Amino acid sequence: MAEQSADNGTNTNATTGSTGTYLIRGAAILGAGTEDLLIRDGVIAARGAAANSAAGDATVIDADGLIALPGMVDVHTHLREPGREDAETVETGTRAAALGGFTAVHAMANSTPVADTAGVVEQVHSLGRAAGWVDVRPVGAVTVGLAGEQLAELGAMADSRAQVRMFSDDGICVHDPVLMRRALEYVKAFDGVVAQHAQEPRLTAGAQMNEGNVSAVLGLTGWPAVAEESIIARDVLLTQHVGSRLHVCHVSTAGSVEIIRWAKARGINVTAEVTPHHLLLTDELVRSYDPVYKVNPPLRTDADVQALRAALADGTIDVVGTDHAPHPSEHKECEWAQAAMGMTGLETALSVVQHAMIETGLMTWADFARATSVAPAAIGRLTDQGRPLEEGEPANIILVDPSARWTVDPSAMATMGRNSPFRGMELPGKVVATFFKGHPTVLDGKLNTPYRHPADAATAPAGGY
Amino acid sequence: MKHLLSTEGLSLGNAVRILDTAEEMAAVGDREVKKLPALRGRTVVNLFFEDSTRTRISFEAAAKRLSADVINFAAKGSSVSKGESLKDTAQTLSAMGADAVVIRHWASGAPHRLAATDWIDAAVINAGDGTHEHPTQALLDAFTMRRHWTKLAGLPSSGADLKGMRVAIAGDVLHSRVARSNVWLLRTLGAEVTLVAPPTLLPIGVEQWPCRVSYNMDETLEKGVDAVMMLRVQGERMNASYFPSTREYSRRWGFDDNRLRALDRLGLKDTIIMHPGPMNRGLEISAAAADSPRSTVLAQVRNGVSVRMAALYLLLSGDTREPAATLKESN
Repeated sequence: MAEQSADNGTNTNATTGSTGTYLIRGAAILGAGTEDLLIRDGVIAARGAAANSAAGDATVIDADGLIALPGMVDVHTHLREPGREDAETVETGTRAAALGGFTAVHAMANSTPVADTAGVVEQVHSLGRAAGWVDVRPVGAVTVGLAGEQLAELGAMADSRAQVRMFSDDGICVHDPVLMRRALEYVKAFDGVVAQHAQEPRLTAGAQMNEGNVSAVLGLTGWPAVAEESIIARDVLLTQHVGSRLHVCHVSTAGSVEIIRWAKARGINVTAEVTPHHLLLTDELVRSYDPVYKVNPPLRTDADVQALRAALADGTIDVVGTDHAPHPSEHKECEWAQAAMGMTGLETALSVVQHAMIETGLMTWADFARATSVAPAAIGRLTDQGRPLEEGEPANIILVDPSARWTVDPSAMATMGRNSPFRGMELPGKVVATFFKGHPTVLDGKLNTPYRHPADAATAPAGGY
Repeated sequence: MKHLLSTEGLSLGNAVRILDTAEEMAAVGDREVKKLPALRGRTVVNLFFEDSTRTRISFEAAAKRLSADVINFAAKGSSVSKGESLKDTAQTLSAMGADAVVIRHWASGAPHRLAATDWIDAAVINAGDGTHEHPTQALLDAFTMRRHWTKLAGLPSSGADLKGMRVAIAGDVLHSRVARSNVWLLRTLGAEVTLVAPPTLLPIGVEQWPCRVSYNMDETLEKGVDAVMMLRVQGERMNASYFPSTREYSRRWGFDDNRLRALDRLGLKDTIIMHPGPMNRGLEISAAAADSPRSTVLAQVRNGVSVRMAALYLLLSGDTREPAATLKESN
């Protein structure tokens, strides 16, 4: 890729709100035929031959060998701010997101204070806008303080500037069936969705890893698959009963896939998510006792991995969600039982999915766009994300080099978290450029400058990041 | 051998070598001066994050009989209870020049973490980690069984394995590091192991282990057994619905007086009764069984010192240390 114009607009957008003009030359659209895309004023101004003729003095980006995809949308990100700025901030987490090919992330509610009021979700939303790397869509807590006792003010969060549509106590299961029923019913008032962390608490007291052959040998308390599956079974039935919308976070077992497949066949409005790590890694890695492999839900067996891959390919599982969960090193440099659960994922998601799904022939790049952009945008009710790469559409676009190979080095990542379970692995695929609202947040695989929202332009600090 | 972390990855050659070395160490214990100069100038740290006076003094006696300097580091009342991490503790011990760390920890895998990280370069001996393993306990159990088994056959114990010996391990297998270490080591030594336990106290996945599983103590005895190892029932299990009551547990799974008599009735005159201690008399083992001539409880304690001397000696004495590539456990 080469910069062929001195004026690419990035120096001026911070003060003017302009996003410049870019001609992407010869990108394989969704991995299929190569065409040109002209980006101007935040939208795709033209596609194909018309793009070239209308380009004028656009900055030309040579996309030979690159694939153009809609910007990825993460339904499941932990940005840690407010409260745990030693783990991640909105700024660092969204830089990581942009580098990973995302143009929108849903920030989970388990911050400190919990995102259970309009004030907190507006704060996170504002931090996201000020950072300018991606759309930050706050997820509201279902219950006050994630305590599972009393509904949070879901309506106030929905009506706030953050326009919350997804609600989740992620990390903690809404295990009380009455409370779950009420939440599912209530969010119908504003087209919301309850994203459930499916984990029966009594069956997982003190759980450390998947319950099975490996936990038996290692002497670590098991997290049985049935603890996930029983909650999903209950929730899809509740969802059917009250006619609402359910999203199942990070599905991890073959049995869960079967229940969701059954629910969808019955017409129940349920969507499901799988993480990149559950598509690739198994509980065999826990034999090292290295807490970098400690995550919730836990890494499962190879049979589960294969079932999850098949389910993502056939659409039973709708989306890939990273569950990006950065932790300070001291929370991982310790005994397994003492360690925090969670893995980073924003900067490896594309490569892991390419490795697990595309290079295995299970999915095409068009399928990838569905699972990482179109479907997650629909779940979060984001109207300007996950759109087709057509004239007039918002220019949330990434360019991917599918032939690249790279070795994962957590210390080189933009996230503050160093807890990548893919450390040292060679993975395919690299995000070369990310366009967010027509502005290149990533160019040549490196952070460029953030997008400046027009309304914020007057007050935003100049000089990028 | 750089570390002794588990018996799962311990080869037959190394297991027999430790047992044979322990025989030599046992001979030292019979001498008037019970001390060898082998580890003079070496420092052994007993790093105990969990109370265990028995294991700690056994290791302490072993290290002292080999003339090592011994430092006891108990987590309670130390910087650890003030929130110091395992990493900082390990690095502190490393800076003080520890040659071996004997670690007892409530968290499964903690010794593996010490051995796998660069926090400390010392040899690591697992003195019991969570519900994972307790390799020196299994080695002292095997040592005790081997002496008994070879004596019956009229053979020297040195160099022998346990081929053909029938061993029942009974009780709370789910939470027992002793059971796990014994299953792997006895498999390696050629014994035939049957686990006897209520289904609630067996781990999911036990069917993959190299042993048989029975829910019936009496049937297991009737099939013939050469050693019965009773596991301690922890107090915290008693009110967690693993079994309805301690009396029912005793009746169905305990080694009571009826079962002691059954050994005689079944003609199993050479069957021994083992227990890693401390015993709950009247719960998993009756007083008569614990005190019978069949009981090896005190022999196990005695043999523990010999086996731990052997482990320390083999790990720390330079000229017998073998290349790590062949002896280091898989992590």
